[in-house]
Amino acid sequence: MPTNYIGKPINRVDGAAKVTGAARYAAEYKVPNLVYGFVLSSAIARGRIARIDASEALRLPGVLQIFTHENAPRLAQSDESYTDQIAPPGSPFRPLHDGVIKFSAQPIALVVADNLELARYASTLIRVDYESELHSTDLKDKREDAYVPKPRTLIPPVPEPRGDADKAYAKAAIQFEAEYVSPFEHHNPMEPFATTAVWEAGGRMTIYDKTQGVQNVQEYICRIFDLPKNDVRVVSPFVGGAFGSGLRPQYQVFLAVLAARELKRPVKVSLTRQQMFSFGHRPETLQRVALGAAPDGALEALMHTAISETSCFEDYSEPVVQWSGKLYRCDNTRLEHKVVQIDVNTPMDMRAPGAAWGLYALECAMDELAYKLEIDPVELRLKNYTETDLNENKPYSSKELRECYRQGAEKFGWARRNPKPRSIKDGDQLIGWGMATGIWETEQLMAGAKAVLTAEGKLDVSSATSDIGTGTYTIMTQIAAETLGLPLENVTFGLGDSTMPQSPVEGGSFTAATVGSAVKAVCDQLREKLFKLAQNVANSPLAGASFETVTFSDGRIQFNGDAARSVSIADAMRHGGIGRIEGEVTTGPDPKKQSQYSRKSHSAIFAEVKVDQDLGSIRVTRVVSAIAAGRILNPKTARSQVMGAIVWGIGMALEEETVMDQTFGRFINHNLGEYHVPVNADVHEIDVIFVEENDLIVNPLGIKGLGEIGIVGVAAAIANAVYHATGKRVRDLPITLDKLL
Amino acid sequence: MNNFSYTRVVDVAGAVNEMAKDGAAKFIAGGTNLIDLMKENVARPSRLIDITRLPLDKIEETADGGLRIGALVTNSDVAYNKQIEKRYPLLSQAILAGASPQLRNMATTGGNLMQRTRCYYFYDTATPCNKREPGTGCSAIDGFNRIHAILGISEHCIATHPSDMCVALAALEATVQVRGKNGDRAIPFAEFHRLPGDTPQIDTNLQADEIITSVELPAKGFAEHFSYLKIRDRASYAFALVSVAAALEMDGSRIKEARLALGGIAHKPWRDTEAEAMLNGKDYAVENTQKAAEAIVRGARGFRYNSFKIELTKRAVVRALRQAAEMEQKQYADKLHRKADQSR
Repeated sequence: MPTNYIGKPINRVDGAAKVTGAARYAAEYKVPNLVYGFVLSSAIARGRIARIDASEALRLPGVLQIFTHENAPRLAQSDESYTDQIAPPGSPFRPLHDGVIKFSAQPIALVVADNLELARYASTLIRVDYESELHSTDLKDKREDAYVPKPRTLIPPVPEPRGDADKAYAKAAIQFEAEYVSPFEHHNPMEPFATTAVWEAGGRMTIYDKTQGVQNVQEYICRIFDLPKNDVRVVSPFVGGAFGSGLRPQYQVFLAVLAARELKRPVKVSLTRQQMFSFGHRPETLQRVALGAAPDGALEALMHTAISETSCFEDYSEPVVQWSGKLYRCDNTRLEHKVVQIDVNTPMDMRAPGAAWGLYALECAMDELAYKLEIDPVELRLKNYTETDLNENKPYSSKELRECYRQGAEKFGWARRNPKPRSIKDGDQLIGWGMATGIWETEQLMAGAKAVLTAEGKLDVSSATSDIGTGTYTIMTQIAAETLGLPLENVTFGLGDSTMPQSPVEGGSFTAATVGSAVKAVCDQLREKLFKLAQNVANSPLAGASFETVTFSDGRIQFNGDAARSVSIADAMRHGGIGRIEGEVTTGPDPKKQSQYSRKSHSAIFAEVKVDQDLGSIRVTRVVSAIAAGRILNPKTARSQVMGAIVWGIGMALEEETVMDQTFGRFINHNLGEYHVPVNADVHEIDVIFVEENDLIVNPLGIKGLGEIGIVGVAAAIANAVYHATGKRVRDLPITLDKLL
Repeated sequence: MNNFSYTRVVDVAGAVNEMAKDGAAKFIAGGTNLIDLMKENVARPSRLIDITRLPLDKIEETADGGLRIGALVTNSDVAYNKQIEKRYPLLSQAILAGASPQLRNMATTGGNLMQRTRCYYFYDTATPCNKREPGTGCSAIDGFNRIHAILGISEHCIATHPSDMCVALAALEATVQVRGKNGDRAIPFAEFHRLPGDTPQIDTNLQADEIITSVELPAKGFAEHFSYLKIRDRASYAFALVSVAAALEMDGSRIKEARLALGGIAHKPWRDTEAEAMLNGKDYAVENTQKAAEAIVRGARGFRYNSFKIELTKRAVVRALRQAAEMEQKQYADKLHRKADQSR
C-alpha cells in the first residue's frame, strides 16, 4: 500500500459526505426545542426609524419575541468589542444598536417564532415609520470627495512613487491612458448565511455557523456578549462556498446568539437570497491607468490610480494598484488608491480582492499599449519582465511567469494569431484571442495543529481552520498521511471547531501553507517520538540508526527505506506500552528567510471568444491558464479550484453586476435569476497548466496557495479577446451585449 | 408568506366552484412562479386551490387537425412531445429556450401563460409598483429599466411578459380554452394577455372565475421554416432581452405567409401583423426583412437603460427571418441529432 500522497490527484476525502447529504451545514442542525428567527431588512438607505410597531406581529400565536433596537439588551459599548480579525479601520456595524439606518436592507428586527414561515409572515406585519435622509450611493457623483483610507492590516501599503512618472509620461514616445470601471459584485455562495445558536444550561453556547473562521466568530461573540471563551464553542465543519463573505462574522450570528441568550433556547437564523445582498461586496471601483513607453515597448512611465467605495463607517480598501508596481520593470511609477464613503454596508474581501480589479485594468491597458506599439502582447510583457519586485526592492523567491507565458501560448496556439481586430470570422461569429497576466500574494501565518496517534495506527489531526470547498480536508489528510507514512484511510483531519488549535481565518490563499506547515510540524513531532520508541524495541533493527536515516512508509519506520530493517509503528507503541501518542505545535513563518524575498504566485491566461457580429452575444469558447504557484499538493482539487476561478472570471468579464438603484439607494437585482453568474452553457473548454516551481523559501513544503490566483487576469484576457474580435474596447465591466451593438 | 388555506380539487367544475367562493384564492399547479411571489409577499392568496389532479394532462388531436395541449401538461412534456417536435418545432424550441430543466419539469402550460413579470421592482416590496400596488407609481420608468419594454408601454408600467413559450404560441395563433361559471369560451392568443394601460395589475383577460383548460394549436405548424431566436445575457437561465418567433410558409424563395412574434419588449407577446403583411407574397430578401423590422419598432420608445433594445429588436428580426428562410439552425439541429444517435 503506497503511502506517498503529496502531489497525487487524491479524491476529496469529504466528497462522499457531501454528495450523500451526510455533511451538515449551519442551518441543518436539528436540536430539540429549536425556534426560528427571520430578519426584517430596512427599506431605506439612510435615515432613522421614527417608530417601529411590532404589536400586530407579536399577537400571532407562535410568535415568541421580536427584537428591535428598542428592546435589544444593552451589550458591549465600544467599537473594539465589535471588531474582528478582518475588520477594516472604523466603527463596525452593530445590529439593532440604535434606530439609525446606514444602508438599505440593514437588519432592523429579528422575529422569533415556532417556525420559519410564521416568523417570515410576522415580519411583514411590523410597521416601520422611517425618517428618510438623502442618501448617496453613487461613487461617480462623489469621486471629488475621495481620500486616502487608513491602512488595513495584512494588506501591503501603496508604495511611494518611484522616479517621476508624470514627467516620464509626458516625454514618452508612446502614451496610453484610459479609465476602467468595474461594478458592485456580491459573493453569492450557494449556501446562504445561517447560524444555529444552541443555548445550554449554565449559559454555555454552541454556535453552528457558516464562517471562514470559527475562532474569529468566537472572539467576536465573547467580546460583545461578555462571555468567557470556554463557554462559547463555534462549529463550522462544512461551508457551502464563501469566497471571502465568511471572513467577518455576519449579522445573523449576532442575532441568533442574542435571541438564544434572551429566550434561553436554541435559535436558528438563516438569511434569504435577497438578504445575501445586504452585507459585504466587491466594491465598485474606478481606475485610471497611464502607460508611457519607448518605441521598442520598454515601459518608461506607469501610473495607476483607483477610487473605490466604502461604507460611511469603515475604511475598507483592498490592494488594487500595488501589483502594477511589481509586475513589470518601470523606473517611474506612481500608484494611488483612494476611497469614497457612500451609504452601503462595508465592502468585503472577495476572491482576489483588489487584484481582480487592478489586474483587469492594468492588463487591458497593456493590451491597448501593445496595439499602439504594434507589438505582440506577450512580447510586450516579456520586454518589461522583472526578476525583482520593485515595490519591495527584493528578488522574487521564485517566479516562473516566463514559463507560464511560454507553456500557455503553446497550448493555446497563440503564435498563429493575426493581431488585426476583426480578422477572424466564422459565419456571423467574430473570433478574438486575448491574453493577460495574473499575480497574487504568497503568505504564511501562525497556526497550530494537534495530532493523536493510536496503537491501532489511526491518526487524528486537527486545526481550527475551515474548508470552504477548497479541499482543506483532503490536502491536510495527504500531508499527515505522507509525513507519518500511514494509509490515507487511517488519517482523519478535523477542522471548523473553535476548541481546536488556533488557526487564522481561511483566506488570502494562505491556508494550505499556514495550516499545512502546522500539520507537517506536528506529524514530524510524532515521528521523533515514534523513532525513539522504535529504537527501544528489544533487538531493534533501528538501534544505532539516526533519525535522518529513517523513512516512514507503509506504517513502518524503515532504515534507509529498507523494509527488512524496520519496525512497525504498532510494534513500537506496543513495546513502549503506549496506547496513544499526542502532539501539538504552533508554527509560523520564518521571517529571517522570507523577508529577503518577494513571494508571489503568477499566471498567464489566454482566452478565445466568439462574438455575434450583429447581436453582440459573446461566448468564451476556450481558456488556457498556466499557473506558477509553487508545489501543487493535489492536482485534482487544485485544477478544480482554478477551473472554478476561471468560470468566475468569465462571469466577471461578461455577466456579473449588482445594480444600484440610485433613487432608492438599494441593490435591485438581488436574486440569482437577475444577478447573473455563468451557467454550464456559458462554460466551454478550459485548460489548466501547473508550471513547475520549486520554492523552499516560501515555506518548508513549498506551497504558494491557489485560492485567488486562478481568477486574476481572466477578465482582462477576455476583454482583450473581445477587442481583438470586434475592434471595440469596452472599458466598463461587465461586457454585456448592448455595449457591442 | 401569509397564512393560507389549501384545497385540492379533482375536476374542472370543482375548481371553478372553489374559485367562485373566494376572490382572493389562487390556483396552484407547478408553483414555479407563485411560490416565489408568496415568499416575497407579493402574492398573498387567502387559499390555494391545488389543480394538479385535474384531468388536463394530455396532448390530443383536435377535430380540425391541430393539437390540444392540456393546461397541466408540463413544459418539458410539451417540448419533447413527438407530435410537437415534428409539427410545431417552433414551440418546442421556444420552450427549451426558457428557464431550466428543473423548472420546465414542474411548470405547466396554463401556469406558463399566467406567470408574472420579472420586473425587479414588482418583486421588491420596498419600492413602489403599480402592478403590485396600483396607484403607488412605477419605479422602473426612472429606475434601472434595462430589461423593460419598448413597445405598448404606458406611463403606469413598462414591465415585460417573461414567457418564451407564449411568444411561439402567439406566432402560431393558438387559442386559449377556458371554463368559468358561464361555461367554456375560447380566447385567441393575441387577446389573452393585455397591455398595461392604466390597469397594469391585470395581466390577462382571463376572468376571475375562469380556469385555463387547454391551449389549442391550429393545424398549420410552420414546421419547415421557423426560428425561435432568444437574445439574453447568458446562454441559459436568463430571460430574453429580445426574442423573436419567426414562422414562414414558403413556396420556393417566395414567402406565402409570415408570422412574427416578439418577447422581452412588451407587456405581452408582441405581434405586428402589418409588418408580417410587408413580407407576404414577396421573395425572401434581407432588404425586405429590414423594412419589416423597421416597421415593428416604429412606435418604440426607449428608456435610460433599454434604448439598445430598439436596434437589437431590428437585428434580431432580420436574423430570425433569415434563419427561418434558410433553416440553417434546423440543419444544425439535425446534425446534433445525428451526432447524438451515433454516440448512443
